[in-house]
Amino acid sequence: MSTATATSPVRAVTRSRLFWPAVVLVVLLLANLAFTPDFFALHLRGGHLYGSLIDILHFGAPLILVSLGMTLVIATGGIDLSVGSTVAISGALACLHISESTDPGSLATVLTALGIALGTALVLGAVNGLLVAKAGVQPIIATLILMVAGRGVAQLITDGQIITVTSDPYKMIGGGYWLTMPFAILLSALVVLATVLLTRSTALGLLLESVGGNPVASRLVGIRAMRLVALVYVFSALCAALAGLMVSSNVSAADGNNAGLWIELDAILAVVLGGTSLNGGRFSIGGTVLGALIIQTLSTTVYTIGIPPETTLVFKAFVVIVVCLIQSPVFRAKFAARGARTRRTTRSHTAAPTNREVGA
Amino acid sequence: MNAHALLTRLRGQIPLLVTAVLLVSMFSVGSVQYEGFFSGQVVLNLLIDNAFLLVVAVGMTFVVLTGGIDLSVGAVVALSTMVSAWLVEQHGWPPLLVIPLVLLMGTAGGWLMGWIIHVFEIQPFIVTLAGMFLARGLCYTISVESISITDPQYTAMAQTRIPLGSLFVSPSALIALLVVAVAFVVLHYTRLGRNVYALGGSEQSALLMGLPVQRTKTTVYAISGFCSALGGVLLTFYMLSGYGLHAVGLELDAIAAVVIGGTLLTGGSGYLLGTLLGVLVLGLIQTVISFQGTLSSWWTRIVIGALLFVFIVLQRLITARRR
Repeated sequence: MSTATATSPVRAVTRSRLFWPAVVLVVLLLANLAFTPDFFALHLRGGHLYGSLIDILHFGAPLILVSLGMTLVIATGGIDLSVGSTVAISGALACLHISESTDPGSLATVLTALGIALGTALVLGAVNGLLVAKAGVQPIIATLILMVAGRGVAQLITDGQIITVTSDPYKMIGGGYWLTMPFAILLSALVVLATVLLTRSTALGLLLESVGGNPVASRLVGIRAMRLVALVYVFSALCAALAGLMVSSNVSAADGNNAGLWIELDAILAVVLGGTSLNGGRFSIGGTVLGALIIQTLSTTVYTIGIPPETTLVFKAFVVIVVCLIQSPVFRAKFAARGARTRRTTRSHTAAPTNREVGA
Repeated sequence: MNAHALLTRLRGQIPLLVTAVLLVSMFSVGSVQYEGFFSGQVVLNLLIDNAFLLVVAVGMTFVVLTGGIDLSVGAVVALSTMVSAWLVEQHGWPPLLVIPLVLLMGTAGGWLMGWIIHVFEIQPFIVTLAGMFLARGLCYTISVESISITDPQYTAMAQTRIPLGSLFVSPSALIALLVVAVAFVVLHYTRLGRNVYALGGSEQSALLMGLPVQRTKTTVYAISGFCSALGGVLLTFYMLSGYGLHAVGLELDAIAAVVIGGTLLTGGSGYLLGTLLGVLVLGLIQTVISFQGTLSSWWTRIVIGALLFVFIVLQRLITARRR
């Protein structure tokens, strides 16, 4: 008993929902250090920060944004498969507008392009939201429609070509630097911060969790679940569109075929890694950001160590299964029951707290 | 009373009727618009070109009828082509050994996913998503490149044409039709088939009635795994190569075919022959677009998406009215 009370501050840390994702991230980063000794080094060159850590944040920024939107969708018990298509469509629309304008370098052109892309995303998200909230279609299926058709639409916009643009203000979004940091990092940090404030400083987060936890009970206590759910899909589409702008701006080109390909799966993975249950209910934005960074670090690691990049898929498959098993109440119950049985034979009485550690 | 019963019966079949009407009208419009469209060979080509999709969609029908979903089918198809090509070409195994092995692998994989879904009560969506990652990843660990097949038995299967009067079909198309026939009998005339419908109608009730819920669920995913592997074998005949990027997005086509064929995504209601019609509609869209010539191929995806939208909304309207 005395050991339990003595380690309680440690336990408070280990039982935090962010603990395991953070451990995984740190382990991955340290693994990199073993292969590239100057992995943590940061250089200031020409007023810009360079280094592997900055790269991870920079290339992970779109994924963080998409995962952020996905977190809120999953918190309501839904899922949004259409984010990849939205990424492709928004990039294609923005690049098309800029490439067709007479003055691609002007700020006004770029702002109109952003307006068009985000406005379209608003409509796409609203369609998803209405299908799920109003028509009662299962989220997987409702968003599947846009996932299938969206790639075609993106191809149609770009006419099957890769549209390249040369526009300095547009390049800024995904490839520019501001205050020595890549602008994409700052932008995604800003969106994450705003979302955290919006969901945690107001009742919005609580309402979302309640809708995801038990839709019927939420309706009975007077929460307008329908509007909230629809709103969440709009938010997810907007995040995806912003990510799409970032991706296309970074390479100064829109590729209807490959932009945002499989990003929906990575985003779901990031959310699950971050400890948000796919069944809806409690969500953790901090966990999601860690999850997205884990995935990006993993991709970076795979490239720097020289493993064939394709094998990451096998690794991801195992991660998904393990994390889902740990989240599954049945699995935990079985595991706990077995643990309790063996512990009883080894005459120990501190079974209960250890059990909970296994579960967390 | 009788008229009323007949009406409710008919209402459940509205999606199927709509699909049938759609198929006939698309074919008629195509025949009027394009020269050479109205021929038996165009219909048979639909079967030849979509044999693998048909087989995969049959497996998907079983899963969707129980209220589940299987996202791994496309990846399992790719893995089957890859393993076949790898064993036959690089290890010189005889095709007669490789094909049963591939089918066994697909079945076992599907069974395992079904087992995890049932025992640990994890959503089918996420388990089969992991299966998809795993199968695609395994393809790449075998080879990142496409492996082409030169084995005489495979090329013979690819080139054989079975004449039907002045027309012809491929062996793959016949195999696919055989799968449809067997699945039709299993689904509508056996105990397993009734269990599948019962499970989709209400898992709780099925359990209370003492039906073997666990066995049915794992069997359904095993069937889907088997059909995916068989679809992979047929695709190997068609493409004569194994490649990790084969059949990307096939799971979406299969789900679309099932939905357009009138199977409810919530499970419990649908027909296997509807899936056959659904596959034919998808194939016909492609044929019309290729006959049109000026339309780019990505219109296929947009049209499929739009059709999905219409049918899903139709399903909602019907189920809402039934309540």
